[in-house]
Amino acid sequence: MHKFREVFFEYVFMFSAGISILALVMIFVFLFANGMPAVAEVGPINFIFGTEWRPMDATPSFGVLPMIAASIYITLGAIVIGVPVGIFTAVFLAHMCPKWLYAFLKPTVNLLAGIPSVVYGFFGIVIIVPFVREISLALTGGGSGSSMLAAMILLGIMILPTIVNISESAIRAVPESYYEGSLALGASHTRSVFSVVLPAAKSGIFASVILGVGRAVGETMAVVMVAGNQARMPESIFRGARALTSNIVIEMSYAEAGLHRDSLIATGIVLLVFIFIINVAFTIVTRKSRGT
Amino acid sequence: MRKIIDTTLFALTWIFAAITLLVLLFIVAHIVINGVPHLDARLFEFAFTTENVSMMPALVSTIFMVVLTLLIALPLGIFTSIYLVEYVKKGNKFVMLIRSATEMLAGIPSIVYGLFGMLMFGQFFGFGWSLIAGVLTLGIMILPVIIRTTEEALKSVSDGYREGGYALGAGKLRVVFRIVLPSAVPGILAGVILAIGRIIGESAALIFTAGTMPQIPETLGHSARTLSVHMWVLSSEAHHTGEAYATAVVLLLLILVVNTAAAVVAKFFITK
Amino acid sequence: MRQKCEKSKKGTRATNFIRNLCVQRMAKTVNISINNCNLYYGDFHALKGIGNDMPMEIGANKVTAFIGPSGCGKSTFIRVFNRMNDLIQNCKITGEIKIGEQDIYDKNTDVTLLRKNVGMVFQKPNPFPMSIYDNIAFAPRTYGVKKKARLDEIVERSLKQAALWDEVRDRLKKSALGLSGGQQQRLCIARTLAAEPKIILMDEPTSALDPISTGTIEDLIRELKKTYTIVIVTHNMQQATRISDKTAFFLMGEVVEYDKTRQIFSNPKDKRTENYVTGRFG
Repeated sequence: MHKFREVFFEYVFMFSAGISILALVMIFVFLFANGMPAVAEVGPINFIFGTEWRPMDATPSFGVLPMIAASIYITLGAIVIGVPVGIFTAVFLAHMCPKWLYAFLKPTVNLLAGIPSVVYGFFGIVIIVPFVREISLALTGGGSGSSMLAAMILLGIMILPTIVNISESAIRAVPESYYEGSLALGASHTRSVFSVVLPAAKSGIFASVILGVGRAVGETMAVVMVAGNQARMPESIFRGARALTSNIVIEMSYAEAGLHRDSLIATGIVLLVFIFIINVAFTIVTRKSRGT
Repeated sequence: MRKIIDTTLFALTWIFAAITLLVLLFIVAHIVINGVPHLDARLFEFAFTTENVSMMPALVSTIFMVVLTLLIALPLGIFTSIYLVEYVKKGNKFVMLIRSATEMLAGIPSIVYGLFGMLMFGQFFGFGWSLIAGVLTLGIMILPVIIRTTEEALKSVSDGYREGGYALGAGKLRVVFRIVLPSAVPGILAGVILAIGRIIGESAALIFTAGTMPQIPETLGHSARTLSVHMWVLSSEAHHTGEAYATAVVLLLLILVVNTAAAVVAKFFITK
Repeated sequence: MRQKCEKSKKGTRATNFIRNLCVQRMAKTVNISINNCNLYYGDFHALKGIGNDMPMEIGANKVTAFIGPSGCGKSTFIRVFNRMNDLIQNCKITGEIKIGEQDIYDKNTDVTLLRKNVGMVFQKPNPFPMSIYDNIAFAPRTYGVKKKARLDEIVERSLKQAALWDEVRDRLKKSALGLSGGQQQRLCIARTLAAEPKIILMDEPTSALDPISTGTIEDLIRELKKTYTIVIVTHNMQQATRISDKTAFFLMGEVVEYDKTRQIFSNPKDKRTENYVTGRFG
């Protein structure tokens, strides 16, 4: 009886553990089963490299390159904006922050991490979009403000907590002796931090950037709300563009069953492939840091 | 020259940290200042009408969503972690597979979860847009969060406890459930709080699974919109800006509560 | 006690447990005999043919001390007797280890019952993060004792035996983690006693404690040997001379010498033992 219970529960635990694998397999199965026929019908080359997305036309075309390009541009922009701010903030938190300020700043960053994307998106609509519109008007004489730049700024803010928190723990993980050794050689505090501690933490910081990229590529609601969502090849950061994630949200609600709907699911596959690449990159970076 | 670089870096650090702080304060302040005046008692009436877009049904749906999702994901996640930490031997292939699977799951964007939930639970299982489809989808989505934190918590339980238990002749189950698991509760709780935060904030995975029905769901089969989804619907309709601000305030408040709870638990964990 | 035994002839695990207790009370404590024991961690040969010339006998109602430098295998060896090495991957044991008449590595051996009969106290006090009462009641509950009155009785008796009762009687429901190091270790001894073992293994039980707590524990060991067979691993040679009847000196996974404690420390037969006990190495 006793033995039976032990063995029974071991199987229960093992079965539970198997659910994660099962879930992942199911995600792939359902997405590929529903999306791949569309890719096959359109043709993989036409689908990925086609620059026209006109699903409702009499002779529809399904090219997702505009969305792929927009996702990449917006992510790059978010990185350019978010990474420097994030890393410097992490350095500040780990090495320069007075205790009283830390007690306030750290929860603040955590709050930033917890704010729902729709709230960010809404903030984007009411603040960032009008702000970008002003700049855009001044520089190009036009533009609604719902643009790639608005999405970049918003995502730059949204990935901040990821970068700050993970970089901070990477910086803190650097042995105190490195820093002390540098001080003992007569280097200043700032110099010790930037030329000794920071390089030692670089793989952890890099990992935080990759996670930030993952978050930016996968973000949906906030981008939909501010990016304008025109399905055309991105032309300028002041003009609208549609990310991969947005493509799904926008059209899924009215897409009729058939090629249109399936091509949206295929967009999800493209997104999944992106995330997979990012995951592999992340694994390689973290493995490396464990090696050294 | 070196002096200049030092000073510049020092200044930059302060400036960027200040930017982070100011951006957040600005977001929070903007939402609170514009939202609080719209926090009308009418917004907390149980009936949603087109004249009064009450957030109360969405609030109730959010609570349903959180409780039901945890009901599914918590046992699964804890059992998985128990299996990973207490049962399998190092270097086991199955474990490496589970680890990679949970890592992969953690990285998948919520919109892809939404698609998957719609295809599998909504269409294949025929649940349509329903609370249950949303719950199952989010259950899978937060599973990696629960597994990772529980695993860490179990690992941090001193082996001395396990040895002590076995040395008294207790079986594995008894050691796990009576000694190891109770000691890991604060860590597990931290994971649960993190997961609650994610469920509250989620919208992309829910639009195509739980749908956007603004009433309190009567059964698991009814569509339900959570507060985040409600917020999304409102903000895409231009004439509900005030209500959207008010909803944002409530969401911020919820997240603040969740974060504070997490901090309290963490503190308890450390001092213990 | 005997009446109670007769009443509980058959039935639940709880009554079985009480019957077991009665049987143990009546039975004499048992000795351990080790016949050519080898132990491997993967490729590493950690214990080399212990008791291969003639079986090593550990006497009942005696305190037997294992001494030797770090890494010599004494802690590994003590864990052979309650099969704690089972928890370690790639650990293989050969040879015959008997407790009383029973070969404990026989495939029919119930390991949990073995560990109930062979208690263990660890180097670092490891009270469970629960109340003092629940710590002590853990073992009886494991064996199915549910009655509050019976548990109360076991808790009180075990704590008294471990000379801790007077210090904790007013705070049995408080967390065991609030006790001092010495108290925690006595709690761990009491917890072991509550399982009604026949043999108690102690793996450097005082190495994490201050001298006063150490003295208390040593007094306790002297008291306990009247009822139990005790095997103790110690780094402290004075401790071995103070409390043990017999001593085994370990070196590189072998027992170099095993004899009466007085003999080992005053007139060792082996040169290596002499070097060690006179402080020339280790």
